[in-house]
Amino acid sequence: MIMTKKFIGKRIVRNEDPQLLTGQALFVDDVEIPGMLHAAFLRSDYAHARLLSIDVSAARQRPGVVAVFTAEDMGDDWQPGPPLVSPPPTAKDVIFYSRRQVPLVKDKVRHAGEAIAVVIAESRYIAEDAVEDILIELEPLEAVVDLEKGLEAGSPLVHDDLESNLAAHLFQKKGDYEEARSKADLVIKRRIIIDRGAASAMENRGIVAHWEAKSQHLTIWDTTQAPIPIRNGTAARLGLSEHQVRVIAPFIGGGFGPKMMMFYAEEMVIPWVSKKLNRPIKWIEDRRENFYATTQERGQIHDVEIALSSDGHILGLKDVFLHDTGAYDPYGLTIPLNTQCHTMGGYDVKNFTTEVSVVFTNKTLVTPVRGAGRPQGIFIIERLLDIASKELGIDLVEIRKRNLIPPDAFPYEHKIIDQAFAPLILDSGNYWPVMEKALEMIGYEEFVKDEQPRLRKEGKYVGIGFAPFIESTGVGPYEGARVTVEASGKISVATGIGTQGQGHFTAFAQIVAEQVGVAVKDVRIVTGDTTEFHWGTGTFASRGAVVAGNAIHAASSIVRKKILELASKVLETPIDELELDDGLVRVVDIPHKTISLGELALLANPLRGAVEPGTEPGLEATAYFGPNYGATAFGTHAMILEVDPETMMIKIKRYVTVEDCGTVLNPLILEGQIHGGVSMGIGNAYYEQLHFDENGQLLNASFADYLIPSATEIPRIEVGHVETRSSLNELGTKGVGEAGTIPVPALFAQAIENALYNQELEILEMPLSPNRLFELLNK
Amino acid sequence: MQNLFDLAVTVNGSRYEHAVEPRTLLSDFLRHDLGLTGTHVGCEHGVCGACTVLLDGQPVRSCLMFAVQTHEHEVTTIEGLGTIDNLSPIQETFQEAHGVQCGFCTPGILTTVKSFLEQNPDPSEDEIREAISGNLCRCTGYQHIVDAVKLAAEKMKA
Repeated sequence: MIMTKKFIGKRIVRNEDPQLLTGQALFVDDVEIPGMLHAAFLRSDYAHARLLSIDVSAARQRPGVVAVFTAEDMGDDWQPGPPLVSPPPTAKDVIFYSRRQVPLVKDKVRHAGEAIAVVIAESRYIAEDAVEDILIELEPLEAVVDLEKGLEAGSPLVHDDLESNLAAHLFQKKGDYEEARSKADLVIKRRIIIDRGAASAMENRGIVAHWEAKSQHLTIWDTTQAPIPIRNGTAARLGLSEHQVRVIAPFIGGGFGPKMMMFYAEEMVIPWVSKKLNRPIKWIEDRRENFYATTQERGQIHDVEIALSSDGHILGLKDVFLHDTGAYDPYGLTIPLNTQCHTMGGYDVKNFTTEVSVVFTNKTLVTPVRGAGRPQGIFIIERLLDIASKELGIDLVEIRKRNLIPPDAFPYEHKIIDQAFAPLILDSGNYWPVMEKALEMIGYEEFVKDEQPRLRKEGKYVGIGFAPFIESTGVGPYEGARVTVEASGKISVATGIGTQGQGHFTAFAQIVAEQVGVAVKDVRIVTGDTTEFHWGTGTFASRGAVVAGNAIHAASSIVRKKILELASKVLETPIDELELDDGLVRVVDIPHKTISLGELALLANPLRGAVEPGTEPGLEATAYFGPNYGATAFGTHAMILEVDPETMMIKIKRYVTVEDCGTVLNPLILEGQIHGGVSMGIGNAYYEQLHFDENGQLLNASFADYLIPSATEIPRIEVGHVETRSSLNELGTKGVGEAGTIPVPALFAQAIENALYNQELEILEMPLSPNRLFELLNK
Repeated sequence: MQNLFDLAVTVNGSRYEHAVEPRTLLSDFLRHDLGLTGTHVGCEHGVCGACTVLLDGQPVRSCLMFAVQTHEHEVTTIEGLGTIDNLSPIQETFQEAHGVQCGFCTPGILTTVKSFLEQNPDPSEDEIREAISGNLCRCTGYQHIVDAVKLAAEKMKA
């Protein structure tokens, strides 16, 4: 058997681009249905308030308004959203109170922007007018904003039925930190604060729901990363069979986490309204709503301690931290667990204790945003090592090198639990070559030795930094795919995950093309349509290429076998004398003896005559992939930046990344993922911060005030690769979607301190900004 | 309340006559009245640039204009740049250089770049970055967009 030519690993341009480049790709707001009505929500101006009364009569009377609904109008259908992840295991060290978001506020507002009522009208313009007609009486309450104050006795309560604002508490330990500390030559203690940012996908959220009474069928177009859970949950909420509900996640304008299977208020309300009114209903979020109602992340306060020997070995690490979950906690402990699992970075830490208290606040909900707790963990360990390097007089590179997990230690078990409550195992790794390559690419030694002293003499504040990181990726439970050879000879593939720009229509097609020997453009991928494929979870946690990718690979392998078996019969040739290429099965050595995939597909679907018992029609296969645990990718970023000492503006001179994400499916797409991740990381580090005041009001809820980096802030990013295959899946892939964001704050801190070498500066917080850096220097 | 204005506008070479409410945004008019949904709306306050269209050849934010302001003018949207089977050089190079990921900001970037390259057919990287700095993209980190614009400039010169 001769292997077909390789598609995997090639820089292949994307199948989906012509549609996207010509304005012909369907996004949710592009859905138009005759008779469609439009929704606008009345949202609370207060972060914390009791709802005393609501009068919607004037709104109902406005011409063009069809209906107005409040929580009361929903009757028994008013139910909080479902838990989105499994609850943590019941163990003595775990406390978890589940409080989930509600469709419409019934008694108490818990964050500014929470939805109170919905107006349904002939146009969005009229619906928004009518929102202004609603009279509500709210009694403002003192807001819970600060995490520490929120846990103090006597604090106002976000959830009145709980004794405090503690949402969860989790203690984990490995080895014995206290004993390690007693033997240490150096103990460093610091407080590290990381604040919130927004995911800010360019497309806001939106949903169109179309209940058709005559067919008793509900179709939903949703900007979701996870259409299947939305389908299942919606069916359950509305008392429908899952087959009566079709959820389509068409082209999605960026996800970055908050578009997961959230069951946002709007995702609960709009389908219900459609069924109630028997009309198609559209709701499209505006940017202001996105700032208030779409989930956010990163707020944590850490009190950390690291114990080291005088030769720079980490003896132990202790972290006690607070995690802000916002007003509700539907996503359980995923983020703080990710933080706990990344606080040791890629280092061989034998003694570790980590204790998190999750706090309810009167702020927008917190769920994973690209990085999902990992950047916080990496920031902590890298900061501590930077400080240790200074205190011990050991070079920044050397102190890391001494602590890296050695390549022969994999799989490396950390003896704490991960986001899936399973033991944290780093499946594979070889960390030093990656770090070394990044340092080489940036020219670390030469810069520090020659260039930097020269530039400093010229009065320039130029700094260099590097930051290694790990990233748990590709978590279960599973994904599936169906691969079919069509009579045209083209291949159709359906998988359950959604797509938000990751190039699935191409990278997945490459996987299929590799197996069945067709051109990449002849593989048509369908994602995110529950009618096409209805088992699976979704696109998040850097899992698409790993989990769905391997399911597609598995299904393609079976189809390949079916093709060859049938062709062997038809061509009367043993399988090992056949090759699959260019859409044909060919007999090796007899090039004219061929049969096309299209012909084989027709033969596999007999129209007349006897069919052997047990025969399944078609050259088709469905397969699933579920990893035992996630594959851990890793990498190192390095950069040179210049700080303007007057304005504190920075200019990034060079930016280098080296990533190891196992087998690369498409380097072009991979680079795009990394560039975008770094760009968001740069925002996290130096531009983007959500500022809430003491009343829980977001002060910068617009793109004029919340600064997303533009092309003039983002440098050219040089990408290097090292490939250590994952042993956890056939393709050997690891995820990379979030990797770019993870080490950036740690990298900025080191590089800025290095640039401002003659200042007393120790950066223990993120995000920074020119203003904040100025404040820190003038403390 | 239905105080309608008889709007006459040429969009992508076709003349349209529509009665519109004076408050109708140009973006809503293009998307929902004309069905030209390639123009995307990202912020509705003129910062993100996703909704950029060309008004008499100049890039404008269609979320910051009323439809009636285009009366007797010419508008070009993404649908006017090329088709799936006949991509314009800029669209081709965005595919070649992977200048598009989710594709939401892309129409606004392409219209901005079209106008930019007409005025500056041989731009430097800094000039390209400056030219697209009014268009936010959350996916690409801009590098492949910059590469695509460079390639397009070369292709259009050739």
